[in-house]
Amino acid sequence: MSDPMRIRAQLKDGGVTEVRVLMAHIMETGLRKDASGATVPAHFIQSITATHGSKTVLNAQFGPAVSQNPVMNFSFKGGAKGDKVTVSWTDNKGAKRSDEATIA
Amino acid sequence: MNLQRRTTLKTGGSLALIAAAVSAGVLPTSAFAQWNKNAFDAKNLNDVVKAMGGATAEKSNDIAITAPDIAENGAVVPIAVASKLANVESIAILVEKNPNSLAATFDIPAGTEPNVGTRVKMGQSSNVHAVVKAGGKYYVATKEVKVTLGGCGG
Amino acid sequence: MKQRRWISTVTALSVSIPFALSVSAQQDTQKEIERYRQLLADGNPAELLEMRGEELWKQKRGPKNATLEACDLGLGAGKIGGVNAVLPRYFADVDRVMDLESRIVHCQVTLQGFTQAELTKRPYSLTVGERQTDHEALTAYVVGQSRGAAVNVPQAHAKERESFARGEKMFYYKGGPYDFACATCHSVDGQRIRLQDLPNFQKADNAQRAFTTWPAYRVSQGAMRTMQWRLYDCFRQQRFPELAFLSQASIDLITYMGVKAKDGKMDSPAIKR
Ligand code: HEC
Repeated sequence: MSDPMRIRAQLKDGGVTEVRVLMAHIMETGLRKDASGATVPAHFIQSITATHGSKTVLNAQFGPAVSQNPVMNFSFKGGAKGDKVTVSWTDNKGAKRSDEATIA
Repeated sequence: MNLQRRTTLKTGGSLALIAAAVSAGVLPTSAFAQWNKNAFDAKNLNDVVKAMGGATAEKSNDIAITAPDIAENGAVVPIAVASKLANVESIAILVEKNPNSLAATFDIPAGTEPNVGTRVKMGQSSNVHAVVKAGGKYYVATKEVKVTLGGCGG
Repeated sequence: MKQRRWISTVTALSVSIPFALSVSAQQDTQKEIERYRQLLADGNPAELLEMRGEELWKQKRGPKNATLEACDLGLGAGKIGGVNAVLPRYFADVDRVMDLESRIVHCQVTLQGFTQAELTKRPYSLTVGERQTDHEALTAYVVGQSRGAAVNVPQAHAKERESFARGEKMFYYKGGPYDFACATCHSVDGQRIRLQDLPNFQKADNAQRAFTTWPAYRVSQGAMRTMQWRLYDCFRQQRFPELAFLSQASIDLITYMGVKAKDGKMDSPAIKR
């Protein structure tokens, strides 16, 4: 089960839309040991795609070194107030999550 | 692009999975780029650049890394990278002394600003590299970040 | 692990200044750490928990299949904006002083029909990577609605003044194997453990800063912690008996700190190391 992302998309001067994405994910490195000494298997978001309408505005790949509950910032041109920005991720265990925000 | 196709072909199994997912309508048709395992397994800057399809990365003053000089907690170190280079295609963030150097990569399509940020784990004080691919070539800038408490501390 | 951390805390404290750095180097370090904290401020994962909490708040749950939207947190039924700045306070319906977390639990019992026992059994998520509890999510949502509100913990009712007096006494009460009081660590200027500045509660700006930034997302734990947890953990560090969740002692200490922090602007959930 994964919790929703929090996506903030704001239109700034110069027609640039600034996007900040908070994702709920453990981002387990695969190096940590639990209380019993067993290695906790790696579990992390690998790929992220952000789209504005039909256009992909960002593709990102994460390794396990991205912090727990990842934060990501980027910005793109061509967005207008009221448009939707959709962000999706998949992790190394095949879990997925997709959420959208309206540009404000 | 070429690189992606190559990596994808090498790991045909997961390609089939992704194809199935796309046709099942689970993923947007833009699909996720294949995760670049070789780059994420690499142990140093040169190997990461090679795994991304380059030869070496040239030092550049047109890349700005925004990061604290000192991070209170290595579990969360904010890193932002902006570039003034023309035709930026991708930006990668590396932590030299982590077990695997590469932390994250961002493809920058036309219309997206060459300016991205995230937060990374650092096991100890280390150089942080920003590798920018622009006009088909690779460039790098470096900044040292001191960590007062390693990424696994309490 | 826990044990080691405690010991290093004590050693650092007895040496008083734990680094062999010059004063100016220390100031530079402090400035850079301040910058680090600012860089983290925009993008607090506690916002994810606030979202989850909001959904829970408005969801029909419990044996009575009701939402929490009619909950009276001190400013009237259904009002949550700014409540965290004026709690703990006296509630006539229970004839006692309650802090925010006690009152949220109270509403879950009265409105939704949950039992006090099931709600207080495991209020905090404690192991690494464990999903945060419903209690933590609800608390995150409610306190997030108080951002910017000026702290004004009431002292009009006799029971509110009694709560403050007991809190103050406890703050100075020395005990445990190290003979520490809260005041040992928190009533001295410029006291530090490792790089943590310890707030001196006798100074309004220190008290405000501490009070207004809890609950907080703790980077080192990857989780948001509540004010009840903060006190529970200080009791543990102090080697006092375990501070019971929602106990009178915990409420009184919060009243004491809240009164000391008057006029501070609420800024929680904050993000801390
Ligand atoms: C052994 C010294 C010690 C004692 C005794 C102690 N604390 Fe603390 N306290 C700390 C440290 C260290 C921190 C900072 C912890 C951190 O940042 O991890 C702290 C943090 C706090 C904070 C949060 C401050 C902030 O700005 O985040 C509060 C509130 C607090 N303590 C209250 C108390 C109360 C109430 C007591 C008595 C029950 C108490 N403490 C006893 C060491 C102590």
